[in-house]
Amino acid sequence: MEYTTIRNERTQLLNYLWEFQDKNGYISTSDIRKLSKELGISWIEIEGVISFYHFFKRKPTGKYTIYLNNSMVSEIKGFHKIKEAFEKETGAFFGGTDPTGTFSLFETSCVGLSDQEPAALINFMPVVNLTPKKVKEIISHLKSGGKIDDIQDEIEDLIRYKNDKGEPVLFREYKLGDSILNLVKKRPDEVIEEVKDSGLSGRGGAFFPTGMKWEFARRSPSMQKYVICNADEGEPGTFKDRVLLNQMPGLVLEGMITGGYAIGATKGIIYLRAEYRFLKKKIESTIKHFYKIGLLGQNILGKNFDFDISLMSGAGAYVCGEETSLIESLEGKRGGPRTKVYFPIEKGYLEHPTIVNNVETFCVAARIMEFRSEIFSSKGTSKTKGTKLLSISGDCKKPGIYEIEWGITIQEMLNLCEAKDTNYIQFSGPSGTVLTKKDFNRTISGEDLICGGSVMIFNSKRDVFDILTNFSNFFIAESCGLCTPCRAGNYLIGKRLEKIRKGEATYEEIEEIKSWGKVLRDTSRCGLGKTSSNFIVEAIDKFPEVFKKVGLKDKEFNLSAALNDYYDTVKNN
Amino acid sequence: MDLRIVNIKIDGKKFEAIEGQSLIEAAKNNGFYIPTLCHFKEIYPPLGTCRVCTVNINGKPDTACTRKVFDGMEVEVNTPEVLDNRKAIVEMLFAEGNHFCPACAKSGDCELQRKGYEMGISSSRFPHLFEERPRDFKDDRIFLEHNRCILCKRCVHEVKTNKGENVFYFQNRGHKMLVGMDYEKAKELTFEQVLDAAKLCPVGAIIAKGKCSVKPFGDRKFDVDKNIKWIQSEELELDIPKDGKKKVVATTSLAGCFGCHMSLLDIDLGLLDVLELIEFNKSPLTDIKKFTKQCDIGIIEGGVANSENFEVLKEFRKNCKIIVALGECSIWGGIPAMRNTLPLKDCLEEAYLNSISSENNENIIPYHEDIPNLLDKVYAVSDIIKIDYYIPGCPPNADHIWKAVKNILFGVGEKVAYEEFKYD
Ligand SMILES: Cc1cc2nc3c(=O)[nH]c(=O)nc-3n(C[C@H](O)[C@H](O)[C@H](O)COP(=O)(O)O)c2cc1C
Ligand code: SF4
Ligand code: SF4
Ligand code: SF4
Ligand code: FES
Repeated sequence: MEYTTIRNERTQLLNYLWEFQDKNGYISTSDIRKLSKELGISWIEIEGVISFYHFFKRKPTGKYTIYLNNSMVSEIKGFHKIKEAFEKETGAFFGGTDPTGTFSLFETSCVGLSDQEPAALINFMPVVNLTPKKVKEIISHLKSGGKIDDIQDEIEDLIRYKNDKGEPVLFREYKLGDSILNLVKKRPDEVIEEVKDSGLSGRGGAFFPTGMKWEFARRSPSMQKYVICNADEGEPGTFKDRVLLNQMPGLVLEGMITGGYAIGATKGIIYLRAEYRFLKKKIESTIKHFYKIGLLGQNILGKNFDFDISLMSGAGAYVCGEETSLIESLEGKRGGPRTKVYFPIEKGYLEHPTIVNNVETFCVAARIMEFRSEIFSSKGTSKTKGTKLLSISGDCKKPGIYEIEWGITIQEMLNLCEAKDTNYIQFSGPSGTVLTKKDFNRTISGEDLICGGSVMIFNSKRDVFDILTNFSNFFIAESCGLCTPCRAGNYLIGKRLEKIRKGEATYEEIEEIKSWGKVLRDTSRCGLGKTSSNFIVEAIDKFPEVFKKVGLKDKEFNLSAALNDYYDTVKNN
Repeated sequence: MDLRIVNIKIDGKKFEAIEGQSLIEAAKNNGFYIPTLCHFKEIYPPLGTCRVCTVNINGKPDTACTRKVFDGMEVEVNTPEVLDNRKAIVEMLFAEGNHFCPACAKSGDCELQRKGYEMGISSSRFPHLFEERPRDFKDDRIFLEHNRCILCKRCVHEVKTNKGENVFYFQNRGHKMLVGMDYEKAKELTFEQVLDAAKLCPVGAIIAKGKCSVKPFGDRKFDVDKNIKWIQSEELELDIPKDGKKKVVATTSLAGCFGCHMSLLDIDLGLLDVLELIEFNKSPLTDIKKFTKQCDIGIIEGGVANSENFEVLKEFRKNCKIIVALGECSIWGGIPAMRNTLPLKDCLEEAYLNSISSENNENIIPYHEDIPNLLDKVYAVSDIIKIDYYIPGCPPNADHIWKAVKNILFGVGEKVAYEEFKYD
């Protein structure tokens, strides 16, 4: 969709901002004045929206903007060396632009390429498996006027395992339109029955039963309903949605169409994280193709069913994966989670009933239409049916995507990806759970260890404290700031970790973090804050040796360190 | 429209409420108090930012201002766990911002301060962050003091021009978030509206210039509000056998203003009774410079700003069985800690090199082996040594001090009354 001529839709603010950002590399004060006038909103409101999102800049950036992923997996694959190489080759420092105005360097949270780290985005085009040598080549290519297209990496989808023992649900052959053909033979209530029977639950991490969500939305008498595909995939370590969108964008669309048909919606929106803008063209051309062959638009397959899909790009905020933040963001606002007076199925996008589902959820739903629910529900465990995509990265020989059947053990998973000497697994992302050797016989299932998709493996050579610090920094950077416990609490935990690292914290002060974690869990406004302290609270108990080593018995104040500033000042006086 | 009545339970008591009402309102209508900060009236959607109204709803923690009553709702407001969660949030807000109450126009009329009293907070479990935050004087009529803003969102939601455009809006995110002001839109407000904005702000972050001290000292908002339930602070119980021996007390003033010591003397004639029970050792009151014996209790006023404060404090810990931190400066830095948000270098240069009061040839930063060396920050005494008890206040009330001290020394079970605990 084009919005270049008139800019009078408050809800389109993010799109307008992207236009300016893309064209000039930043959003200028005069752009804001213009928007403020045209939209009839105050200048400070626009500034507020811009400053919420990581990828919107208020200061000019270079011709090439480079975002280097600073996730933990990137760190163990050489982040620091790559960072150095970028600074050396471009002459810019991270957070700024080189004197010639050619390169701007920034760090960014996980970009969804954990199987190919270190990775960076150059003008939102991915470059992966970076080495200092490769960085040198890339920069000299760009310096000599070469095109980005020539150095941009063709991203490989490393699909390593397709439930070889049984059969895959997702990674089987995709025949465009098959599920829609079956879909329109059924009544909407039959579709919902089928999805319910399958036992499908949300793949975005909350595992809410999909059929039930759709049924609630269907019951609403509203004339206008929305289907939103959550392609924000921001949890560090996960990249399964990226692979689905790249491999089978059509299947994603068919899933959304299925949802729309089931609940009685006519509009669908894909919220694509800015980090995946390189997939935008492909998705949009698939949408176009769907319109052409009559799978989107009016009277789909000759039935009395209209459905449109559009795509909107996020702008860099992990919290926008939370469904109500996502809706706020789609409405052109700061992506803060709503107070849950209503669920999106009651009042969602523009206050209309809305279903938000994960990319994988929609794909499974389309498959269920294609081959009936039993094929799905016969797999897995009683609480979690079917298969699940895991994004495995870190210290293993075969990082990539694994379509596993629920119920396999952690050890079986480690065997599949050929991980050796595993000491620590961050399971289901930094907001998930900490696993150590003692947990390897546990099963991946709703009954035991549930997993939204991210699996980060660390061997015994990795410094556990570095890992924890990285996660803490992630939550500090990504807290939206709306509520006290998450905004201040994560920052306080970060400060305490710094103190521990300096060897200045008592063991009591380390243990104290656990009670702080409880406050965050109990009182935070959304899932981000509620889960953001799990990793550290669990790690303190699971790695006692790490903390025993650094924790002091009694308070020890470092007097000479506290006096340095004074001595420096009087010396130079 | 029919009003449907639903049955709810709060702390075991049954109440009736109107369906659709928020839990806050329903509780209030039934005379049940749930603390709030960001909530100021019923709005949709509720702000739900501060989380101070956290309660348990059917066993799960949630905020009372964002939940509507429903049939069968069971609410726990005053379990120790819920009380502690709420207290933690208020402590967090104090640790996050820079609240120097004695220097704040809102003191005595401030909803955050009030929460501190209500919950009996004597010290924050979280270390104060002392982040540098801007003070925005740019506008002609509004002074925006970010050090005190608790990001409650009231102003963002409520303060609009007559055209409905926002004057305030959140900027940035996470711990860098702050409230931005649109100077042009602010000009469109009438002075009445500016005053309303200042009143709306629960803390002293939005100040109407020239109008901040319109209220007289004395009977202020929370002095006269007797409806709040006073929650007892930590019990000050300690059993020391009453063997008739006088207890030995030492006191010192580190980086403080001596106000706590003045307050200590404020018990006037009561001091004579006190001297029946205790004797002073090292203390500015006796002018004994060095400890001559082991003391039962050491009372510390002031924070740790320099190397001498540090040494004295260590001495106290060595020579006193019990250490009491007296007053805000001692507890977290207080007024001297105003410098903590700035680099020491800037403070020294401002004071000794750039200030208009420094005379010619005198622009030198003092340094000599005989004078104490300044630390990079003013530290809470608890950063240096283990502290056994805290007596909050700026300064603490005399009766409060002596009751607490007596309590600690002799285990007299006297409670500290709300009026004595207040110190704004
Ligand atoms: C902080 C946070 C981040 C989230 N990020 C994502 C995400 O990137 N993708 C996603 O599908 N769900 C994410 N969710 C879960 C969504 O809120 C929502 O539950 C999900 O999109 C619903 O779809 P599903 O039922 O198909 O899983 C996130 C939740 C939270 C609290
Ligand atoms: S928990 Fe609070 S601050 Fe954190 S992301 Fe959610 S709403 Fe924002
Ligand atoms: S706003 Fe003022 S009175 Fe209120 S707590 Fe902060 S400094 Fe104290
Ligand atoms: S300025 Fe006042 S009203 Fe506005 S968010 Fe801050 S504390 Fe709340
Ligand atoms: S009063 Fe309920 S969250 Fe602030």
